[in-house]
Amino acid sequence: MLIPCPVCGPRDSREFTCKGHAVTLARPQADAPPEAWDAYLHLRDNPAGPTRELWHHNAGCTAWLVVERNTVTHAVTGARLAGEVAAR
Amino acid sequence: MRYSGWQVLAQGITGNRGWRPAWRDPAPKEAYDIVIIGGGGHGLSTAHYLAKEHGLTNVAVLEKGYLGGGSVGRNTTIVRANYLLEGNSQFYSHSLRLWEGLEADLNYNVMHSQRGLINLFHSDGQRDAFVRRGNMMINQGDDAILLDREGCRKLLPYLDYEQTRFPIYGGLYHPRGGTARHDAVAWGYARAADRRGVDLIQNCEVTGIDIAGGRVTGVQTTRGAIRAKKVAIVVAGRSSQVAAMAGLRLPIESHVLQAFVTEGLKPVINHVISYGMGHFYISQSDKGGLVFGGDLDFYASYAARGNLPMAEHVAEAGMTLMPMIGRARMLRSWGGIMDMSPDGSPIIDKAPVEGLYLNCGWCYGGFKAVPGSGNCFAHLIATDRPHKAASAFRLDRFETGRGLMDEEGTGSQHNLH
Ligand SMILES: Cc1cc2nc3c(=O)[nH]c(=O)nc-3n(C[C@H](O)[C@H](O)[C@H](O)COP(=O)(O)OP(=O)(O)OC[C@H]3O[C@@H](n4cnc5c(N)ncnc54)[C@H](O)[C@@H]3O)c2cc1C
Ligand SMILES: [Zn+2]
Repeated sequence: MLIPCPVCGPRDSREFTCKGHAVTLARPQADAPPEAWDAYLHLRDNPAGPTRELWHHNAGCTAWLVVERNTVTHAVTGARLAGEVAAR
Repeated sequence: MRYSGWQVLAQGITGNRGWRPAWRDPAPKEAYDIVIIGGGGHGLSTAHYLAKEHGLTNVAVLEKGYLGGGSVGRNTTIVRANYLLEGNSQFYSHSLRLWEGLEADLNYNVMHSQRGLINLFHSDGQRDAFVRRGNMMINQGDDAILLDREGCRKLLPYLDYEQTRFPIYGGLYHPRGGTARHDAVAWGYARAADRRGVDLIQNCEVTGIDIAGGRVTGVQTTRGAIRAKKVAIVVAGRSSQVAAMAGLRLPIESHVLQAFVTEGLKPVINHVISYGMGHFYISQSDKGGLVFGGDLDFYASYAARGNLPMAEHVAEAGMTLMPMIGRARMLRSWGGIMDMSPDGSPIIDKAPVEGLYLNCGWCYGGFKAVPGSGNCFAHLIATDRPHKAASAFRLDRFETGRGLMDEEGTGSQHNLH
């Protein structure tokens, strides 16, 4: 898989670590009910098809990216800086 | 027909014209007492034990493809009971005891071979951890023997003991561990369940789960609607999609695990060897192929195939451990869909819908569990009470944080196992 890093350009997936679904960007408030934390930590849509994930370019620019990828075909359709996605 | 050596002889001298299909190919009925979704190892064994131990035969197994086409026919066939944690260890112990009587129970040769499993260790600390594990296994009633380096060398003379990265200090030997023929396990359970009257329905994909007043009433399928008093979801890598049909969101992520096999060779590896530090394990199939694998690719996937980085990593680890493997030609590689749970342990429990039962989260270790899982799941479905060997596999342990079974000690979060 080639991941199109917005900073470095298309780079081999070996340079990255996948952290899992981008649901982890939406961290609940500290006083959120336990159900919200359970959903954040454990429950997943686990889609067969398009998904959004957090990838870390640890052997490159070290940026965190939100990568759009298809879990059935492995096609990578886009990547943006996680900081920009989270700021919106 | 009962299979036996006598049958092989009798059929052989009469031109092998008497063999019959091993199971029927029935059309789905309008209603069953119990519908099992998924004709993998766990679904088929559940059907067998429902019929055999609970006398429940008005049962259908619905399989969207063909029997044994999922991970049960794609795994590297290791069968062992060397778990550490309370909750896991008694379950796998129960499962291994069922394996040991399986061929007689099913009247089917599943080629279960207890050739012994050796987990290598590479430091004093790792040895201490394996001593503890071995003692837990012995306390559980299973077998474990600590081998030092010379003990390992006697059994496995072809390993590179001096490798600079991870020199081999010894191994934990589990003589009752081994392998089995994966397809035969699916076929044996299928035939045994069919002979007791269970309908095995292939090319029948479940597309919806019917619920009325908080109670399950049946399923929608590509072969029509089927009513059922109880519905069991046993679809491994597809658990999230099927559970979503009942409005459930599961603590599961589906990942790809790859495996590899070489051309057939004369007997050279007589045991199962696990080289955890290199993420590599290997055995030799009865056909002669060296069967080996490593870790997950570590991204979510339903492709049932992986990518080159992990293939290279596994090949490198193999070369490090046993340089001779470089002389063998790799024949095939493939992948399977793994239902990964946050703590790496499975779920066998009632779903929060009346009449709906859930069996999932087997990660990359569900083949050895096929007998135990079906046996305990059948008990749960038939009696509405958990089997004592599987009572720790609760769905709510993530929500409550009580009873987590993090066998590897890496944490209870996705992507850590
Ligand atoms: C490469 C690899 C190596 C492995 N090695 C080992 C090992 O050495 N030891 C070990 O213990 N375990 C191992 N495993 C894990 C083990 O294979 C699995 O945990 C286990 O097979 C999963 O349970 P199952 O057999 O019921 O799954 P499957 O065989 O995948 O059965 C699930 C079935 O459900 C069906 N299904 C899905 N959705 C629907 C639907 N909507 N309607 C109807 N049917 C549906 C599927 O078609 C499938 O046939 C390995 C797995 C892989 C991929
Ligand atoms: Zn980058």
